[in-house]
Order: sequence, then structure tokens, then C-alpha cells
Amino acid sequence: MSHSADRRDAAWWVDRAVQSLVFVGGISGILFIIGIFIFISKEGYGFIVSTLDFGEFFASPRWRPTSSHNPTYGALALIAGTASVTGLAMIVAVPFSLGAAIYIGEFATGKTREYLKVLVEMLAAIPSVVWGFIGLSIMNPLIIELFNVPVGLNVLNSGIILGLMAAPIMTTLAEDALKAVPDTYREAAEALGATRWQVIFRVVLPAAKNGLVAAILLGVGRGFGETMAVLMASGHSINLPTSPFDSVRALTATIAAELGETAAGSEHYQALFTLGIFLFIVTFVINLTADLVVRGVRKQRP
Amino acid sequence: MSETAETRAEDPAGTGAGKISVRDLTIRYGDKVALSGASFDVYENEIFGIIGPAGSGKTSFLRALNRMSDMTPNMVIEGDIAIDGRPVRSWRNVYALRRRIGVVFPLPVGLPMTIYDNVALSPRLRGIKSKAKLDEIVERCLSRAALWDEVKDRLGSLGSLLSGGQQQRLTIARALSQDPEILLLDEFSIAVDPVTTMRIEDVLKELRSEMTIVLVTNLVQQARRLADRTAFFLTGELVEVADTEDLFTGNSKDPRTRDYVEGRFG
Ligand SMILES: Nc1ncnc2c1ncn2[C@@H]1O[C@H](COP(=O)(O)OP(=O)(O)O)[C@@H](O)[C@H]1O
Ligand SMILES: [Mg+2]
Repeated sequence: MSHSADRRDAAWWVDRAVQSLVFVGGISGILFIIGIFIFISKEGYGFIVSTLDFGEFFASPRWRPTSSHNPTYGALALIAGTASVTGLAMIVAVPFSLGAAIYIGEFATGKTREYLKVLVEMLAAIPSVVWGFIGLSIMNPLIIELFNVPVGLNVLNSGIILGLMAAPIMTTLAEDALKAVPDTYREAAEALGATRWQVIFRVVLPAAKNGLVAAILLGVGRGFGETMAVLMASGHSINLPTSPFDSVRALTATIAAELGETAAGSEHYQALFTLGIFLFIVTFVINLTADLVVRGVRKQRP
Repeated sequence: MSETAETRAEDPAGTGAGKISVRDLTIRYGDKVALSGASFDVYENEIFGIIGPAGSGKTSFLRALNRMSDMTPNMVIEGDIAIDGRPVRSWRNVYALRRRIGVVFPLPVGLPMTIYDNVALSPRLRGIKSKAKLDEIVERCLSRAALWDEVKDRLGSLGSLLSGGQQQRLTIARALSQDPEILLLDEFSIAVDPVTTMRIEDVLKELRSEMTIVLVTNLVQQARRLADRTAFFLTGELVEVADTEDLFTGNSKDPRTRDYVEGRFG
């Protein structure tokens, strides 16, 4: 072999350039996230160290940031609002999305399957304001009519809307998890005389467990972070809900509705950023958990 | 299985046919013929070898036999395969049919559950719940598949983490847990080391007294070592069926068989 072959040729330089570009792309994503976190932390920091009473924040339902003589910053009702809406949404979305994923992944074949997948992806692309509109103009009168209640903008309405909103993306993720189960597992179980359902329940679902849990967790994360649809369908009034027919207010909706009316740097402004920090941490933890589950860090050995 | 006791009788239909009788079997995928007009018998308690180059229709035959063909949308089967005189396509409960037939695939498939659960799966599907009974089945099947000694201290670890050779023996243990009358093996040694292959071959020789074994193999010499009779498939044609000894001592009827057996092609 001659030494002249060892030259940095065009392919070598292209490889170098692409490596650098990909590196810059990857790093900037991480920097953006850190930057956003620093920004919201900085805006809320002063309030957190000087004014915020953690006991009040987590235990009091009184969110009265605009009171002129004695503003209070209890986020409990907002947290309960978000939690109740997300909880109901998951009750709606989990059976829907798992059922749809099992049908698409295990039963549908050929064209049906392709059409259904496209349909689900189209559903996932409906903007949240449209869902909010459906909540406001269709679900609201429907709930008033069906249950004979004075207002139809409540936990029930926004939970269903949010559930329908989260279901398509959860379906897609769950279907991916089922698809990742090798066909050889299905064939091996079928050869043992397992019925379709036995194959699904005994072999496929357990094998896809991590991916399915992650799909649900990402749906929960989606529910926590959703703003517009919840703002429109929940009634947006501060309440500790005791029934699905109570109107509630969500963390996100509070920030969206109030931030524009506060003076930058004011106590109220900083309090809203504190809500933002809290949301950021919760969603971050949920997504991180989902990620760990997917990687099977919590690999369970029965 | 009381039904088994009856149907295992030598010649229940009075047809003079074997345990498995194949008549004018043609298998197609759409227009493509995978096997055409094959007729032969597999007798009870023999090891029946099937040899032939890739694409000859060997796997297709096995899939038609346990009706895995039902799952393949464009797979068409004409003619008859009967077990104990009863055509497999006449079974309304295909799952019950499959439970009588154990299958070992070319690539080992350890299901992603514990070693214990792998072997206990089929008995559990049949409704056996007693822990003592399951323990007994698991130990017996793993022992007969020559795997018990290697895994008895870690029955709770994942079956999919075993080595290839161990997973293949696990697959055999799983097939035995069905108490099958017929055991189908499809090129089981493709991903298995030679030592394990020998151990599995010994296992098969012992199982012969209890069940009928159809051994599809890519290794001509493996058929010679194990099979009582051997069929030679060539691109969808059944060239001939004969006593294994005859095929390997130059007494085959068809010159193509001799060429293949002697390694001149394939
Ligand atoms: N699912 C399928 N669809 C279409 N053709 C197939 C399918 N499976 C097998 N074949 C074709 O049928 C023929 C026989 O295949 P196979 O039974 O797998 O042979 P062997 O096991 O002897 O290698 C081959 O030509 C193969 O390409
Ligand atoms: Mg094959």
C-alpha cells in the first residue's frame, strides 16, 4: 500500500463538515432548553425567595394575585384543576388509544390499516383551539341538556376534550410499541395453540409494556401542558372540584389568561412564572420517566 | 386428552395411511407454486426427514400442516393433509389442532418472559393453574430438552437472554410442554453450535418412541444420522421418498437425489 493513499480527500472533509453541523444542531437544542429554563427561573426567582410561602402555594386554594390590600398565591385549586382534567382525560384516552392501537397493530390488515393510521395522524394534527371550540359550542350545550346542569364548561367537558386530543398521539406511540414486538414471538405463541387474544394478552402486550407505559405517560404530559382547549372548555373558575360538573381552572390557562395583564417584574408577574417553573418541572419529570421506561431502566423481572 | 387416546390408534380410519398422510398437496402463494402435487405418508413414531435446497417448499409444508397457513393471506392450499385420517382443514378449532403439534423454528425464539414462564405458557393456556403441576411439567420438559441442569438455578431470569443454543433447547422444551403427538422441526440447527446440535439430536432420538417427528433439515448428514425415511423436495417438487439408508447408499430412484445427497448441488 502506498503512502500517497493517505490523503484528506473530499469525502474526508465532507464527513468532517457534516459531523460539525450535526454537533451544532444537537448542542443548540440542549442550549435552548437550558436557556428557557434559566429564563423562567430568573423571572420567578425573586418571588420564590422573598415572597412565596410554600405552604400557601401548595395548600391554599386562594389564588388572588390582584387583590389590592392582601394578594394571596395559593395554587392548590389550579393544581387540582389541572390534575382533575388530566385524570379524566386519561380515563377517556387510555382505553380508546390502547384499543385503537391493538386494532390497528394486531387485527387490521392491508389498506384498512394504512387508512386508519393516516386518519389517526390527521386527528393528531387538529389544532387545540379547534378542540376548545368543540368543547365550547358542542359539548357545552350537550352536557347542559344531558345532565341538566346550569353550566357545561367543567371538568367533564375539558377532560373529554383533552382525552380525545391526547388519544391520537397516544395511539400512534402505542402502535409503534406493538410494532416493535417481533413477529417471531407471535408465531411462536400461535404455534403453541394460543388464540388471537391469548397471543395479544400473554405475549404481545407484556413484551410491549415499556413502550405502552411511555405512551400513556407522554399523554399525561400532553394533558398537563395543554392550554387553549382547557381554557375554553373548563369554565376557567377557581374551584376545588368535588364533582365532574364543577368548573375548574388549570395552571396553564391561568398563565395564558393573566400574563398579558401584569406589569413585567411585578409580584403577580413573578408568581405566574413560578407556576411556569412548577409546570416545567412536572412535565420534565413525566417525560424523563417515560424516557427511562422506554429504555427499560426499570426492567422488571417477574 | 381422552380424545388423543382414541385417535392415536394405529389406523383409525382404516385407510392404511400413516400418522400423517399427504395427498396431492399443492401450495401456492398467489400464482407462485411452492409445492406441487405431493403425496406421501409419515408413519407413527418415526423421524421423517425432509431435505432440499432453500426455496423447495419445506417450510411451506410445515405451515400447511399446523395451519399456520391461515395467517398468511395469499397462501392457497389444495389437496389434503390428514392426521390420523382426519384432514387438518376440517378442524373448526384450529387452536386445538395446533396444541397437538409442537413446532421448533429455524431461529430460536425465547419469548420475553422468564425461562419458567416460557415452558409453563402452553400448559397455562390449556388452563392448568396448579403450581405443583406446572413445576413438574417445567422440570420434566427442560430435562428432556437437555437444558434443566444449565438453568435450574435461574428459572426466573429472562428466556430471551439465554445463548442461541440454550434458547433453541428452551424452544424444544416449550414444544414438549404441549404434550405433542407430532413434533415439527424446521432447520433447527441453523443458529446453533455443533455441540448443542449433537445434544438436540440425542434428544430427538429419545423422543421418537413417544411421538412422530418431522425433521426439515438443511444438513443432509443430519437426515442421515436421524431420519428413518427421508423425502427430497426440489423447487416445489417431491422428487422421492425413501428409506434414508437407501438414499445414502446410492439406491435412490432419481439421479437428482443422488447428486444432491452427494453434494453436487444445493
Ligand atoms: N409468504 C410468502 N409469500 C410468497 N411466497 C412465499 C412465501 N413464503 C414462501 N414463499 C415462496 O415459496 C417457495 C417455498 O418457500 P419455503 O417453503 O420457505 O421453502 P424452504 O423452506 O424449502 O426454503 C419459495 O420460492 C418462497 O419464495
Ligand atoms: Mg425454510
